[in-house]
Amino acid sequence: MDAFEQHEGTVAALDRANVDTDQIIPKQFLKSIRRTGFGDNLFDAWRYLDEGEIGKNANERRINHDFVLNEPRYAGASILLARDNFGCGSSREHAVWALLEYGFRCVIAPSFADIFFNNSLKNGLLPVVLTREDVDELFGIVHREVGYALRVDLDTQTVTGSGFMAHFDIEPEPKRLLMQGLDEIGATLAHADAIREFESRHRQRMPWVFARDGNAP
Amino acid sequence: MAGKTVYDKIWDVHVVAERDDGVTILYIDRHLLHEVTSPQAFEGLALAGRSPWRRHANLATPDHNVPTTNRARGIEGIDDPVAREQVVVLDENCARYGIEQFAMTDRRQGIVHVIGPEQGATLPGMTIVCGDSHTSTHGAFAALAHGIGTSEVEHVLATQCLVQRKSRNMRIVVDGELPFGTTAKDMILNIIGRIGTAGATGHAIEYAGSAVRALSMEARMTLCNMSIEAGARAGLVAVDDTTLDYVHGRPFAPTGAMWDRAEDYWRTLVSDADANFDTEIGIDATTIVPQVTWGTSPELVLGIDENVPAPEDFDDPAKRELCGRALAYMDLEPGTPIGSVPVDRVFIGSCTNGRIEDLRAAAAVLEGRRVAASVTQAMAVPGSGLVKAQAEAEGLDAIFRGAGFEWRDPGCSMCLAMNDDRLYPGERSAATSNRNFEGRQGHQGRTHLVSPAMAAAAAVAGHFTDVRELA
Repeated sequence: MDAFEQHEGTVAALDRANVDTDQIIPKQFLKSIRRTGFGDNLFDAWRYLDEGEIGKNANERRINHDFVLNEPRYAGASILLARDNFGCGSSREHAVWALLEYGFRCVIAPSFADIFFNNSLKNGLLPVVLTREDVDELFGIVHREVGYALRVDLDTQTVTGSGFMAHFDIEPEPKRLLMQGLDEIGATLAHADAIREFESRHRQRMPWVFARDGNAP
Repeated sequence: MAGKTVYDKIWDVHVVAERDDGVTILYIDRHLLHEVTSPQAFEGLALAGRSPWRRHANLATPDHNVPTTNRARGIEGIDDPVAREQVVVLDENCARYGIEQFAMTDRRQGIVHVIGPEQGATLPGMTIVCGDSHTSTHGAFAALAHGIGTSEVEHVLATQCLVQRKSRNMRIVVDGELPFGTTAKDMILNIIGRIGTAGATGHAIEYAGSAVRALSMEARMTLCNMSIEAGARAGLVAVDDTTLDYVHGRPFAPTGAMWDRAEDYWRTLVSDADANFDTEIGIDATTIVPQVTWGTSPELVLGIDENVPAPEDFDDPAKRELCGRALAYMDLEPGTPIGSVPVDRVFIGSCTNGRIEDLRAAAAVLEGRRVAASVTQAMAVPGSGLVKAQAEAEGLDAIFRGAGFEWRDPGCSMCLAMNDDRLYPGERSAATSNRNFEGRQGHQGRTHLVSPAMAAAAAVAGHFTDVRELA
């Protein structure tokens, strides 16, 4: 994944709570066996008036001009401002891939659903939790100021923009992996000996878990 | 020192390493795989030159994409080439890495959360993960089970571990007797209605109380299945005789002396009397009536005797807005009795309600009755090939068919409509599945979640109706 140190970009405001991953990327697009090709179908049922299908040319779709992300002022936005419980529902990581491919590098919300939050960290999409008051203030600013931009600095854990500044929390390990663009699997495999040792104890203690393993390690 | 919850106990025995910052490398006993969230994980594994850490920990089956008709043709029977490729790729990956799979033509194939328990691949005390949020289902066995994303699927394949931070403990105690005509589905919908779709975010839920103890294993699976709809990745029920009776004799379950040893341990999987729960909620089961969701989030739910709310009924501005949007999407007027709302299609199945007891409950309502002429389609989709065979042995298929239902082959089907089973724009369903999100069952489709008996009742009446009056 791409490293995330800091990012500066314009903000798009999606003013609804409980945005679920079925909305972020509808199920018909999950048939793909690839990690790419989802950007045109981000928020498909909201972005377009016609029904989306895999392989349909986005340039021939009927645009829903009432949907906020289609407003010209939000073209090129790379920070998504959202409300509570963003990313609830299905565990589909395709939701994160779609947001990234569309061009978002960061989602700011007062709260996220757990699985989506984890999926984001593992792909270099930074989920930033700010207080409800800060998020309310940002919605106000973004609605007022066309082209409003924020700078998200992971190292200092700050979000800053004209007339706005907030600090956010993130756990040290995901922060380290994000900043260096590191693969979490590699980091875990550094503990391979500990895993093997645990496994051998676990096998003694709860052999029924390993009953189908036979003698093979 | 305070005692431990079931969740604490399972967590503690799976800790491989713990860092000072509280992040844990947690060992995973069982990994379930399906065709939709695994291909990119296998690809990542191959690109990194890695192979599965412990291949026998894995069990795979295709379920999301498979058609529920024309199964005699096997994979060739999948008309959609993109969906077909996904099932083919699962076959290839399982063959390449020696992972046990119940392939599409295997009679044991089915929804991953149905076949795990059915096979005894789900055992008490296990850590179980799958790239599907309804993995919480397996918590019914006092297992620590939750959904993961595709990166984590790859992580588990490669390391047999997950990097986790421990959740907080929540206990939901449901006491009293669940009234006639209400089920575990009504219980969980009622719970979600009370605490909201983010009410348990960051928590593992333990369901307890006399009403939960009285539930069968299948009913407990229904309950735990929808924990994610309350925001909890995991929900579980402590071990008791009901748990062990269900597990005993299943193909993957231990036997003989190993069973005895396992049972001694499994019996300890109850929360200690002095265990600490961060959040506790009490519910009186006797107050629960058959539930029907009316909106586009599972928390927007009513008793069958209630009316659709108005935005003004909510104090919280965010809820008012959610209500307004849901009314528009669902094409409902405030004040409408939910029992007067007509249905176009009826779907009985899914990892929530696709087991034999669910089919029996629906068949009991349908026996001697017919699906209303106004209903376009009514579909019964068993959760697995073995559930289907059992239902046929009991003659349930004849009851479904006789009532005008289509009797389908196993899969996720219209729960998420990745295959051809779906709603068309503007259509309204009575569905026994778990999500009523916009477009979930088809573009611009409108989903109402109910129990199997309530779905059958709606099919017969042509609109939602109180199943207690049909019995």
